Amino acid sequence: MSITTSATTVAPSGATHAGPRARRATAGTRAGIPTYVVLTCLAIFSVGPIVLFFFNAVKTQQDYGHSSLGLPGSWQWGNFSAAWTRANMTAGIVNSLVIVVGTAAITCVVAGFAAYALARLRVRGGSAFMTLLLVTSSLPAQMFLVPLFYAWAKAGLYDTRLGLVIIYVGLFSPFATLLLRSFMLTLPREFEEAARIDGAGELSVLFRIVLPNSLPGLLTVALVTGLSAYNEFLFAVTFIQNADLLPLSTTFFSFQQGFSQDYTLVSAAGFIMIAPMLILFLALQRRFIDGLSSSGLGGT
Amino acid sequence: MTTTSVPATSTAPITRTRPRPSVRARLSQPRIRGWVFLLPLIVVNAVVVIVPSLFAVYYSFTDWSGIGPATFTGLTNYRDLLADDEFLNGLWHNIIWTLFFLVVPMTMGLFGAYALTRITRFRLLFRVLFFIPYIVASVVNASIWESILNTQSGLGHVLGINPLGDPDLALWSVMGVNNWAWWGFLVVVFLAAMQGVNPSLYEAAKLDGAGPVRQFFSVTLPGIRPTFAFLGLMTIIWSFLAFDYVYVMTQGGPAGSTDLLSTLLYRDAFTNLSAGYASAVGVVMALISTAVVIVYLVIRKVKDWEI
Repeated sequence: MSITTSATTVAPSGATHAGPRARRATAGTRAGIPTYVVLTCLAIFSVGPIVLFFFNAVKTQQDYGHSSLGLPGSWQWGNFSAAWTRANMTAGIVNSLVIVVGTAAITCVVAGFAAYALARLRVRGGSAFMTLLLVTSSLPAQMFLVPLFYAWAKAGLYDTRLGLVIIYVGLFSPFATLLLRSFMLTLPREFEEAARIDGAGELSVLFRIVLPNSLPGLLTVALVTGLSAYNEFLFAVTFIQNADLLPLSTTFFSFQQGFSQDYTLVSAAGFIMIAPMLILFLALQRRFIDGLSSSGLGGT
Repeated sequence: MTTTSVPATSTAPITRTRPRPSVRARLSQPRIRGWVFLLPLIVVNAVVVIVPSLFAVYYSFTDWSGIGPATFTGLTNYRDLLADDEFLNGLWHNIIWTLFFLVVPMTMGLFGAYALTRITRFRLLFRVLFFIPYIVASVVNASIWESILNTQSGLGHVLGINPLGDPDLALWSVMGVNNWAWWGFLVVVFLAAMQGVNPSLYEAAKLDGAGPVRQFFSVTLPGIRPTFAFLGLMTIIWSFLAFDYVYVMTQGGPAGSTDLLSTLLYRDAFTNLSAGYASAVGVVMALISTAVVIVYLVIRKVKDWEI
């Protein structure tokens, strides 16, 4: 099913360059000011709450108590450093970095091998295997959460970052494989064939030719799985209890549970958590949007 | 598929001029080698998803507490589910959740995407702005709206209501917040699909005197039907998995008014230590999503859709 979405979403978005621009001459006359007004209202609806959140992060407590819906009376930049230390965010960022980089890297390797097999090697039962991948990735996480929890406790993986990384790789690699596979199918085969004729084995074809050519696809996979790992909550809150190992999502959550009387600091901590992803997203928005919209990841 | 047809045409001239070395022949047992490359994926997926899922099915027939031995109790858990008010309450909320997400975000997403196809400037800017909430972590999104809705200084105070504390409002508030984070994603997917619709169809419709609304229903909607159907399917599946926003904002309260199957399962497994019973809830959730997928596949087959 993700194959089909990537077919419907990724492909046309590549055509955005030519299609809409060619249509502009006629399309431009159709929509007027009212369309822009409505779209602007929707944009304010989308972004306004995040801006308010930022305002709340720099308010004094009295200011916040007066109204959580307006501009700050004075700008308390110190809230960010206070939130940083009180929420133990240094550890949170280190843990998130380890988990995100680990997840993205291992997923790229696992999915790179699998996508190569499905795109280039003749695998008997390959399409049935892909159907199976789609079925397993639509299973509700809550169903296998409980047995997985007790299995991880037995295996010594509970309350470790490695344990969480393995879970994320298991959750995200089916989608990553399908995305990479459809990317590899678009690559020309001539170089690979030439290398094979020169006696290169499949491993060196993969590492010397296919993977270097797949870098844009790998980058998309890394971004999408990295973002999903960074934002993930259900498994993070279930599998990591040790306060020194919490990733940012649960660091923030436990800070919020403990400090709900001082919402300015909670807002500051939350803003610290989302800032790196907002910056990364704005810098690489096209790749993010194309990758995420072709995925079945993160339904809620 | 392409894997089999393309090499035949592209390599044939080369291989004919230079015969393959015998080493290659020994190494090239493509069927076996392919599965070797798939092995890491199979192992990690089996360890994390498939084996625990099979265990969940087994545990759902036991009285397992999570610790210690499990006694086989047959269908007891499933029989108890049918008589469990909390379960029926959660299921009902999941159904409301599904209907809400089939209507509100789908409408907003279709509207936003259609409006974006009809403007010339700032299309990319609007796309990015609508998408931003989707990339923000659900825990933070929940917190953003808790401070907006709060009853001391936020909308709750201004409007004199308690959006998250009133049992009549809480579920709608949480769904609204989740929708806020979600609908921009639908805009982007619908927009990509709408840009694939043949522009000459719009020209033809215009010549027939169709206005924007008529064009939407006669050209756009039929043109993106596969995407529309697919997102409808995923909306139903995801609606039964919704967890984060309820868990963070209301924990299923007040008085169970926002409880979903997922939050009920979580409480049963980790607070009430009834892992067997929780597994039964999980199996029911899996059955529901499997049934939805099967219905979708059947409809697709009957109607002969491409996706």
